[in-house]
Amino acid sequence: MSSNLAVIPQIVVPPISWRRRATDRLMTGVAVLTVILVLLPLFAIFAYLVYKGIGSINLAFLTQTPKPVGEPGGGMANAIVGSMVILGIASLMGVPLGIGAGVFLSEYGRNRYGDAVRFVSDVMNGVPSIVIGIVAYGLVVLRQKHFSALAGGVALAIMMVPTIARTTEQMLLLVPQSIREAALGLGVSRWRTTLSITLRTATSGIITGVMLAFARVAGETAPLLFTAFGNQFWNKDINQPTAALSLQIFTYAISPFDEWHRQAWAGALVLIVLIVSAVAAVRLAVRHGKLAGA
Amino acid sequence: MGVGITVEHLNAFYGKTQALWDINLIVQANHATALIGPSGCGKSTFIRCLNRMHETIPEARVEGFVRIGDLSVYNGTSPTQLRRRVGMVFQKANPFPTMSIYENVAAGLKLNGFGNRKQLDEIVEKSLRGAALFDEVKDSLHKKSGASLSGGQQQRLCIARALAVQPEVLLMDEPCSALDPISTGKIEELIFQLKEQYTIVIVTHNMQQAARVAEFTGFFLLGKMIEFDKTEKVFTNPSDKRTEDYVTGRFG
Repeated sequence: MSSNLAVIPQIVVPPISWRRRATDRLMTGVAVLTVILVLLPLFAIFAYLVYKGIGSINLAFLTQTPKPVGEPGGGMANAIVGSMVILGIASLMGVPLGIGAGVFLSEYGRNRYGDAVRFVSDVMNGVPSIVIGIVAYGLVVLRQKHFSALAGGVALAIMMVPTIARTTEQMLLLVPQSIREAALGLGVSRWRTTLSITLRTATSGIITGVMLAFARVAGETAPLLFTAFGNQFWNKDINQPTAALSLQIFTYAISPFDEWHRQAWAGALVLIVLIVSAVAAVRLAVRHGKLAGA
Repeated sequence: MGVGITVEHLNAFYGKTQALWDINLIVQANHATALIGPSGCGKSTFIRCLNRMHETIPEARVEGFVRIGDLSVYNGTSPTQLRRRVGMVFQKANPFPTMSIYENVAAGLKLNGFGNRKQLDEIVEKSLRGAALFDEVKDSLHKKSGASLSGGQQQRLCIARALAVQPEVLLMDEPCSALDPISTGKIEELIFQLKEQYTIVIVTHNMQQAARVAEFTGFFLLGKMIEFDKTEKVFTNPSDKRTEDYVTGRFG
């Protein structure tokens, strides 16, 4: 029997030609090079900030308010806290609104109304940030009759909404229809399905969108110029003019004093570190809650 | 206990396209009824009309009369109320990917507001046993995501999830089409046991499967039900020429 087995024909695999190997190497090289080119500016900026700013960062910088012109020392503690307060206000308003709009667009907005909202939010994404500052000025500052952290928060929230809405929409659309059907098929109502199943399945993507919007507005200066306005002193009332890191950096950078220039560099470094750690903290928190195999 | 289903003059549409034409049939309680027919003939559309999943598709609508047990499906019954009594298993296993095995099974009850922890534990175990999955997953109920199971296990998880809501009817839309023969065998065995407690309507492309699990078989073609009879009769002595051609493999 065994002698009757069909003879397996020998397949001769030709050696891979030098041209194919060379092309392979070349393309891999090009890919690596583009990655380096993309990452280079990021590292360059960070390295330069560290180089210029690290020397001025000390305990006083992180715990004291600015000193009057001419006096050495002082710090940006009030601006660091002010930035956090303004970003907190912006996130409290912008994140729920943005996610809500995203849910509408993905779950109920496959029609003309949805198209209108999509169009408006894309246009809003392109509106210069200083114009949004003017809007917040008109909406909040003119009515309150003074600058405030609240007004700054409103300006930044307006900037966050379209980004969050559109990324939330995209992330919800990535959730397969079959998952929604599974929930509906169990007799779960539509709003419950959206809230507990669809949103939950898309959580990590939505958080990426939120962090992107957060990081983007965290460094904004223009919308704060005539909303939060800035402040040289401690301020605990969100209805009063409030310092922000970006504003402080701007003021110090255009000043004629060397000491202030150094502090502006330090402020920029602190700002970047704050943003990176906020994003990293949220990512870690999200990863922590994950199941095996999810 | 399972309940019977009566369908009279059912028409279903996708926008202007009619997908089902005047379907009439009676499904016996505590029996398995198989629906066979070539792709696109309306079998899936039909069972999605039984738990009102059809209308979740934009512009889809239904005309006609369906009664499941004492519920008039399209008259005075809300879709959520209905779907709690008519469970569904889909063609492709669709466990909730962010939930653990336990949460997947408990989802239907939890999302409908049932919060008794101890009873929930019992129901989850009973449902997983009912779906012949408990022994394979009992050590990782809370640790593993539903999506980490194998394809066959995922489909049994989906069956357990449907059973946990304690329905009276179980609709199965080609539940084995993505499974290997061993997993298919397990699910067919399961259907046999489930018949004692539930009424089962199963859509299948596999005629041997229909012959193995179902007492009654309906043959669909181009949106119409050509023949409905005892399975044995449909496969050995069909009264319609088209049914005979299909079951003998002459077309489709």
